Amino acid sequence: MSRLEVLKTYKIYIGGQFPRTESGRYYSPLDKKGKPIGNICLSSRKDVRNAVVAARKAFGGWSERSAFNRGQILYRIAEMLEGRREQFISELQMQGSTKVAAEKEVLRAIDRIVYYAGWCDKYQQILSSVNPVASSHFNFSVVEPTGVVGIVTPQECALIGLVSLVMPVICGGNTCVVVASENSPLCAITFAEVLNSSDLPAGVVNILTGTNLELNNVLATHMDVNAMVYGGKDQEALKSIQESSVLNVKRVISQVKDWMESNAQDLYLISDTQEVKTTWHPIENIGGASSSY
Amino acid sequence: MKDKKIRNGNFNLESITHVAVDKVGVEERVARFQTRSIKNEAKLQGLKMVLSMIDLTTLEGKDTPGKVRQMCYKAQHLHEVHAGLPSVAAVCVYPTMVRTAKNALLNSGINVASVSTAFPSGQAPLEIKIRDTKFAVDEGADEIDMVISRGKFLSGEHAYVFDEIATIKDLCGNARLKVILETGELATLDNVRRASDIAIYAGADFIKTSTGKIQPAATMQVTYTMLMAIKDYFDATGKMIGMKPAGGISTSKLALHNLVMVKEVLGNKWLSNEWFRFGASSLANDVLMQIMKSETGVYQSSDYFSID
Repeated sequence: MSRLEVLKTYKIYIGGQFPRTESGRYYSPLDKKGKPIGNICLSSRKDVRNAVVAARKAFGGWSERSAFNRGQILYRIAEMLEGRREQFISELQMQGSTKVAAEKEVLRAIDRIVYYAGWCDKYQQILSSVNPVASSHFNFSVVEPTGVVGIVTPQECALIGLVSLVMPVICGGNTCVVVASENSPLCAITFAEVLNSSDLPAGVVNILTGTNLELNNVLATHMDVNAMVYGGKDQEALKSIQESSVLNVKRVISQVKDWMESNAQDLYLISDTQEVKTTWHPIENIGGASSSY
Repeated sequence: MKDKKIRNGNFNLESITHVAVDKVGVEERVARFQTRSIKNEAKLQGLKMVLSMIDLTTLEGKDTPGKVRQMCYKAQHLHEVHAGLPSVAAVCVYPTMVRTAKNALLNSGINVASVSTAFPSGQAPLEIKIRDTKFAVDEGADEIDMVISRGKFLSGEHAYVFDEIATIKDLCGNARLKVILETGELATLDNVRRASDIAIYAGADFIKTSTGKIQPAATMQVTYTMLMAIKDYFDATGKMIGMKPAGGISTSKLALHNLVMVKEVLGNKWLSNEWFRFGASSLANDVLMQIMKSETGVYQSSDYFSID
């Protein structure tokens, strides 16, 4: 007996909820054969606004969590993704990957999350420093998360690209608003379902689907977004984000890598969205054998 | 009941104990207020009106003169970056802070409202409530926000509640009296309507939803029910009573919905801070951010606005 096909509606992810887009608009990306692969929200500027509000609200709690706990939660994301491998593989295939490539991409994504889970309580030691100064001060620098980060994911490698850009950002205690791949948005939203079932507090990651043209600059001009990470290759789009970001002097980081490479991951992706705070602490003695540090 | 002080016209206490509010009807009407499309220019005008209607409030155990002075400064200088913004209507503080607020607001045209009658619980003997109110008035409060005795009201002693309000009204002198019903504790819309009628007929200049200490506070259903009480009273006597939703209105959107409701229920006459107020602490910044969004076209950050 033939069954009525159920075409999933992929809703956006804001503040730990899956609302429909505020605008009520949808689009249906097609697979290679021209068949629609799902109903996808065409998010509007108001969805961006709501997502930034959610990210800002989550920032205090997430950045103040113990580093070790953040690591546990990131590891939990990897565990949950592992449990839903098949779904991701089939969605990547719907989006045009071969089975072999899809399997490889999912495994790589899981490994990458584990990699950044490990860094959560270690990057601070590596990036912080005690600095030699000539005056009688104990001078040290520590890193702190930048704040709310806007992330525009690459069009290709929809899963691994998203994971590779989001993980270092939240590993470092930031919260983020993510613009998913326009043509291949399925696994971005399924990934949101993974995040939602893995102890990650609401609002730490918010994922919107829609067009880069409409969403990028709303994020880049938003006064409450502190940095932009652009993962695409479109130089015009990057330029436009950079120009919009001048308004509140956001950091703009352009990341173009082959994310499928096993070494497309490192500490410096974490440090991209960290701010260095340097403290001058007066001391009586400096440099001598009796120096208190 | 024989020494009941009828201030606002002929009134039979029994007659209002049978008022029934159609809850489903209220829900439906309120839902419609939230679907009005407000165009940009009207929205900007509405937002400025909201600012001018705010009673900037701090009612916490940790209030200090410094905190009150800071809030008074904010009341006068909401966002200096943008010229031409109205100031708020009043600041709302505890009686002990009235003098501080008064001094900080000299010649600003901003009123000082003081809560009284053992705010927020209202669980004190009448004589203490009287002294509380006298103190606030003597310190210079322009407006008194009293709470009703919800315990008495819920146990059916409507006359006690009526007389208490009338007694406090006598002490207010020139100060306008706002009566807080604390609707979150009244359980039903029927009770809200009943308490509104009692307050209005006992001499309230304003009726106010909540203390802000109890959830739910100023829901639109409750505010609508109170507006209807004001409307019915106006239709019967021709006298205007003010309305102040307080607590839980922290976004511009919700504030604009409230303005739509006031306009459609009571009409344009009530659209001024003489007859309508918002009791809020964080609403002002959200409205300011929306105004700046309209002006600049980009979404704003609280980093660039003063602390609540």
